[in-house]
Amino acid sequence: MKKILDQIRGNKWLQLGLLVGYIALTSLSLILAQRSVAAFLLLLLSFLLLYYTKLPNWSKWAIGLAIMFFILPFSAMQGPAYQEYMDVATLVGIYVSMALGLNIVVGMAGLLDLGFVAFFAVGAYTYGIFATAQANNFMPFGTYPLSGNSFWIFIILGCFVAALFGVLLGIPVLRVKGDYLAIVTLGFGEIIRIVFNNMDQPVNITNGALGLSSIAPPKIFGIELLYSNQIYFVVLFILLFIIFAVRSLEHSKLGRSWKAVRENEIAAQAMGIPLVKTKLMAFAIGASFSGMMGVVFAAKQAFIDPTSFTLLQSINILVMVLLGGMGSVPGVILGAAVVTILNAQVLNELTMWFNSLSTAGIITLPDAMSPVKMQRFFFGALLILFALYRSKGLIPAKNVVYDKRKFLSEKGTKKRLQSVAAPKEDEHDHTGS
Amino acid sequence: MTILEVEKLTKTFGGLTANKEISLQAEANKITAVIGPNGAGKTTFFNMITGVYKPTSGSIKLRGESIGGLKPHAVAKKGISRTFQNIRLFGPITVLENVLVGMHTHLKAGIFGTIFHLPGVDKEERIAEREAYRLLEYVGLEEHYNDEAASLSYGSQRRLEIARALATKPSVLLLDEPAAGMNPKETADLTGLIEKIKQEMDMTIILIEHDMKLVMEISDYIYVLDHGELIAEGLPAQVRHDKKVIEAYLGKGAAEEQEAEG
Repeated sequence: MKKILDQIRGNKWLQLGLLVGYIALTSLSLILAQRSVAAFLLLLLSFLLLYYTKLPNWSKWAIGLAIMFFILPFSAMQGPAYQEYMDVATLVGIYVSMALGLNIVVGMAGLLDLGFVAFFAVGAYTYGIFATAQANNFMPFGTYPLSGNSFWIFIILGCFVAALFGVLLGIPVLRVKGDYLAIVTLGFGEIIRIVFNNMDQPVNITNGALGLSSIAPPKIFGIELLYSNQIYFVVLFILLFIIFAVRSLEHSKLGRSWKAVRENEIAAQAMGIPLVKTKLMAFAIGASFSGMMGVVFAAKQAFIDPTSFTLLQSINILVMVLLGGMGSVPGVILGAAVVTILNAQVLNELTMWFNSLSTAGIITLPDAMSPVKMQRFFFGALLILFALYRSKGLIPAKNVVYDKRKFLSEKGTKKRLQSVAAPKEDEHDHTGS
Repeated sequence: MTILEVEKLTKTFGGLTANKEISLQAEANKITAVIGPNGAGKTTFFNMITGVYKPTSGSIKLRGESIGGLKPHAVAKKGISRTFQNIRLFGPITVLENVLVGMHTHLKAGIFGTIFHLPGVDKEERIAEREAYRLLEYVGLEEHYNDEAASLSYGSQRRLEIARALATKPSVLLLDEPAAGMNPKETADLTGLIEKIKQEMDMTIILIEHDMKLVMEISDYIYVLDHGELIAEGLPAQVRHDKKVIEAYLGKGAAEEQEAEG
């Protein structure tokens, strides 16, 4: 047995073969089974297997994209539970994006934020208010609701508005550190929710606790995107952009300065890193991802109210980051996917299964013990187990491995070296102080 | 030529005067040492120069330009870099990345350039990596460039701090007890490194150190602090025999004894 495993570990063609076989098998079973959560989950598991194969990066991406764009939607399409699957997949995409945003704040910059869902809310309301008749109440010009065509602009708008709120939160809050920061951000999250809850008077801006309903669905080339299988692709594109952005930032000047600030503020400053500016960037970028997904969420649900943005949601996203591995991009993606699927599908399915068992008279389960109601218990237990046995998360953060042959051999760097070496007086990041 | 000129620098913490009217002049391409017993206020003095503390009064001038009261990152940008008495490396990231952090102010990559991999950003990064590697070679840590900084030995961590400080391309380098906790062999190597930096990089160095052998060997000029006050200054040979200095280090009795002998 060990011999076989060793052989698989060493041979990437064998890995590729097995992976393709696995994907074919799971997607086929998803097609054939009328409604099988297990097959769906096993197909999703192929992403994890893909991550651990020794294939070159570009081919991993190629296979991953093929699964996301073709295999997953196609094999889910055959059954009656198509929209249900795509709904879960869309939710996973939304939460992965948010967790990646929070990962920048908590994992990379080391700023514990317990009110992260506020930025999601800001994004959602940005679109929600203008894509319903609500905006007529206070906007002096224009007629509302805006059509679904504006959705695409609102994704970018939501990104910037949330980033703005990130900065607004950051400026007063970054004077405090550690536990105090956590408490203040928690307060901020609640304030945003309560403000949205009460902004129906004197001018009705958010429609208060009633929420905003019949939000215009996104529209492209005259087609309204009403169903989860359509929204799925919107989410997928944004998610891919976010992963690309996070990957680029992680090992850049900015990413390094986040880690430096996290590890030692005094040393970071002594290296010329402006503390406030660097932290604000983390808040703003993290928030902007959340804001974008907020817009999508509002369009997908067509209804939002303040109860979607509670403290519990913030903690949910934090759990995803902790479970996956703070600061680790693949870890956080996995963590968010696991938590979301557990929430949206596994627990529901288990409950239904138990219910069917009890109606058949095999077991009797009191209503209070149904898995859905014990969701918090499961997460709590999971967190304790992880804190005890795998405190760095499912996939711990890894350092980038530099290849000295790559940067030493590059031609034409000699001359540039001196221009970089010359001290620059007129640099632009003085604003941080 | 005087590069760094400190005049009557004072710092009080409530009722405690940590530094009282200390003046110092660091000459270009020379090693200036600041010595004194524990608690003399040496690190406070460094912290004021680098902007960690705001001076209560007095002035700090770098090439005639006042830098007193600037934020630490702004001071770093002006060309003063430092190492720390208690090592402050970025532990979990790699040795090379630690040095790359030091290059922060010299990299121009903006947020959009980074996200969209605009031409120039990646190239700038390669050049920076290469330069950081050269600095590691300079301090003798190139073999460890992909290791976690926290995994280095104590002496190597001190060297890495120096490499990181050099990465900011400073005109003045402040070393806060660089030999603390080192064995004699490591100290000797370090002495050589500091000399090399001074000569090859035309560096102006200010040094806090307890190891008198090291101080006497490489310093061009010495300032002695005790109880937050400047009690003596001069060439190593002068300071060595200064009565007040011996008193501060060994007590009054020892000073008198030495006088009786001499």
